Amino acid sequence: MAAILDALKAATDGHVADATAEDHVAGVPAQWVASPGSTAETSALLTAAAAHGLTVVARGAGTKLAWGAAPESVDLVVDTTRMSHVVEHAAGDLVVVAGAGRSLDDLERDLASADQRLGIDPPRRGTLGGAVATGATGPGRLFHGAVRDLLIGVRFVRADGVAAHAGGKVVKNVAGYDLGKLLTGSFGTLGVITEVAFRLHPNPAAQRWVTGPASEPSRIQQLASALAHSQLALSAVELDRSADDSSVAVLVEGTGPGVEHRAAEATRLMGEGSHETDTPPDWWGTEPASPSGVLVKVTHEIARLGTLLEALDAAAATTGLRVALRGSPAVGTALVGLAGLDGDDLAAAVHGFVAHLRAGAAAFGGSVVVLEAPPEVRDGLDVWGPVEALDLMRAVKDRFDPERRLAPGRFVGGI
Amino acid sequence: MDALGLAGPLRAALGTHKILTDHQELRTYECDGLAHYKVTPALVVLAESTEDVAATVRACAEHGIPFVARGSGTGLSGGALPRADGVLIVMSRMRRILEIDAANQRAVVEPGVINLQLTREAQPTGYYYAPDPSSQQVCSIGGNVAENSGGAHCLKYGFTANHVTGVEFVTPAGEVVHIGGKAPDAPGYDLLGAVVGSEGTLGIATQATVRLTRSPEEVKTLLAAFPDTDQAGAAVSAIIGAGVIPAAIEMMDALAIEAAEAAVQCGYPAGAGAVLIVELDGPAAEVAHQFDEVEGYCRANGAFEIRIAADDAERALFWKGRKSAFAAVGRISPDYIVQDGVIPRTSLPEVLRRISEISRDAGVRVANVFHAGDGNLHPLVLFDDANEGEAERAEEVSGAILDLCIQHGGSITGEHGVGSDKAKYMPRMFSDEDLDTMQLVRCAFDPASISNPGKVFPTPRLCGEVPGRHKGPHPLVAAGKAELF
Ligand SMILES: Cc1cc2nc3c(=O)[nH]c(=O)nc-3n(C[C@H](O)[C@H](O)[C@H](O)COP(=O)(O)OP(=O)(O)OC[C@H]3O[C@@H](n4cnc5c(N)ncnc54)[C@H](O)[C@@H]3O)c2cc1C
Repeated sequence: MAAILDALKAATDGHVADATAEDHVAGVPAQWVASPGSTAETSALLTAAAAHGLTVVARGAGTKLAWGAAPESVDLVVDTTRMSHVVEHAAGDLVVVAGAGRSLDDLERDLASADQRLGIDPPRRGTLGGAVATGATGPGRLFHGAVRDLLIGVRFVRADGVAAHAGGKVVKNVAGYDLGKLLTGSFGTLGVITEVAFRLHPNPAAQRWVTGPASEPSRIQQLASALAHSQLALSAVELDRSADDSSVAVLVEGTGPGVEHRAAEATRLMGEGSHETDTPPDWWGTEPASPSGVLVKVTHEIARLGTLLEALDAAAATTGLRVALRGSPAVGTALVGLAGLDGDDLAAAVHGFVAHLRAGAAAFGGSVVVLEAPPEVRDGLDVWGPVEALDLMRAVKDRFDPERRLAPGRFVGGI
Repeated sequence: MDALGLAGPLRAALGTHKILTDHQELRTYECDGLAHYKVTPALVVLAESTEDVAATVRACAEHGIPFVARGSGTGLSGGALPRADGVLIVMSRMRRILEIDAANQRAVVEPGVINLQLTREAQPTGYYYAPDPSSQQVCSIGGNVAENSGGAHCLKYGFTANHVTGVEFVTPAGEVVHIGGKAPDAPGYDLLGAVVGSEGTLGIATQATVRLTRSPEEVKTLLAAFPDTDQAGAAVSAIIGAGVIPAAIEMMDALAIEAAEAAVQCGYPAGAGAVLIVELDGPAAEVAHQFDEVEGYCRANGAFEIRIAADDAERALFWKGRKSAFAAVGRISPDYIVQDGVIPRTSLPEVLRRISEISRDAGVRVANVFHAGDGNLHPLVLFDDANEGEAERAEEVSGAILDLCIQHGGSITGEHGVGSDKAKYMPRMFSDEDLDTMQLVRCAFDPASISNPGKVFPTPRLCGEVPGRHKGPHPLVAAGKAELF
């Protein structure tokens, strides 16, 4: 043990500590936490971890660490937050390169000075590396695209300690495989991301939100479709829905006169009860309330939102759970929170709820993933659900991490 | 069994008319858009269905025979260059548009569908397919998917990778898998991200689900003539710096304009050292406002003539000069090399100056046409193969330009792909470790390395044996032709 600790310390200039209860990953205790300060140190660290057969979980701010299945074991937590420097902000090129441990909030401040922004706005902020590893997005995805669409370069360290990079710092680039996309949403099972390059966007001169009521699934569907089909070039279309309240809000961005005109048009389209504001509604860009601690991600074809909402209502009715939803209906993603039960009742109800939704998933054309749940709920639950092309995914994992040491068991199909 | 030996079994399985072995017929397929590389394939399969592709690939896999997919053959990096010892699988008969699903903003197409055809088919619903390579009248969606093709409007709308949400895919083992679909974020690894842009080295796409984009309310296009490329470049920087994201900003220099005039009589302003085409689209209220800004930046940076397209016909004329530029240089030079390097946009003036120095020093003419908004250059290096040594000199200039792009933190290819042509430049951009890591993906999909082998990567590498099945050194390793990976 002492030899291992020495090796980890040698790799990271002494930045290793014994793990505490705070360092659990989804309830699984860890042994050590190491904080490398560079890609080179991360490489040395993972080389040492490989030599000693350690299982490794990468961690940024820890905001989404409990997402996915619980890892089978965690010997070493690799904390990326010392790699938090901005390598380059090429404002004229609308590109930023930064350490994976930089927080989204800090980066937002860096970019504000140039009146620019990174179009990644997930409810749980955390670090850049964490946003990439989980593929977490927010309302801005409609306009900016997903994390994968904004990531133009990545540097990372493989399970065997080899450091590699793919992409670069230009937006247009088709040289070699796009490993950045493969790493996006891989939950730390293919490598530890140490540096990322993103495409940026200029801040718009003006912004306006229009919010209106809509509660029946058919009405919400009709409204979401009308907005998606409009030529208003909306930056975001968001839905907030719970048992007692429900509304749709859109974000209009652009030049001052253009926004004024388009917001008025959106208000007309959204009909009675809708109104304009200069600030977002308070629920905008946040997660739905979930007193149960269960957070479910659901995707759907955009024209089948109504079917999804009906399926959610039916699943809630049969299980006794109450559903709160925040979604991006023009993108086809939603987060669902659950309430109304606790203890053993909760576990059984959530299992039933998920099974009910998945049984109907073909009708809304999407998937149902339990991102987060208390250990007793997660027990015996397939959080990822059915996965296509799993053999190919396993083959990729086998090549990148043949000893299964990076977050083993956290990802789909036990990867 | 060798590739030709598959002819019999494949004729029996697929039907005689789908298998070509006649030498003259095979020669039709000996090259793609990069015509100075030529290889006659051993066998051509004209696939008509996913099952045709899967059966062919399975036969190849069983006998370790390489195969290469081909769409319309317009690729500019030799990606569809056949193998003399392999099967060429031609996808162009699979050209059905299976579904235009406007409500879901998606279309499902077979890979042989021509890019522009999809937009034509979708337009009555108010939607179109945004990625628009200049070759869109002939190139296939399958080829676009394989190359992650771009186009003039990718500045605002993104590349093929941003518009493909699902594929049906035949793996190099001949299995049919589905990746993604109409909904986003299918659970698991983003295999789609690996497949799109993999240049046919991970398998063959037999269907693609793609995003359809809502037609903009308004489109406005201007053509601005500048005394030189420096001033045109400064105008581009001013526009982008002001936070305007045009749908497209394209630049041509004097030599490229001369060629375009000779070929298609596009009537660009006389005496221009550079022209910019700037297109804005979106809600009418936004476009009107930003268009004035753009015009102002052009004038402030020395534009001596600005034309605004009055209608679709005039817009098409502006674009005609630009979109025909590659073929047009054929009018002013018997031979040419099209390069595809990328630089950070702010380096544009400096890189253009360096290119003209390189060109002058080597005595080789270079015409420049490029996607100025995203720094994707298409230097056209002109030469006459009939003159001794000119081809070599052109090749040297071409390589020097790519080095210049890499020095400025750019890329050797922005949209045409690495293919056969630029594989040798990959080590200038990527370390051995980087290339080894990419190779891990290749080995996961294609451990036997039979899917378009020899493309993208500079040195053939073999995938490690599965433990317990070790059989001694591979013949290529023994012969010193490959490294064991
Ligand atoms: C005049 C001209 C202008 C051009 N302009 C542009 C431009 O603006 N932007 C741009 O990006 N490109 C441009 N190109 C390049 C070319 O048109 C694109 O790369 C195009 O996507 C190739 O499509 P294709 O159908 O011709 O493919 P091919 O040339 O037949 O094949 C290209 C590659 O794709 C693979 N492939 C083909 N089909 C499949 C499939 N179904 N599954 C797997 N792999 C497959 C092949 O093996 C090969 O590696 C231009 C070319 C020309 C000649």
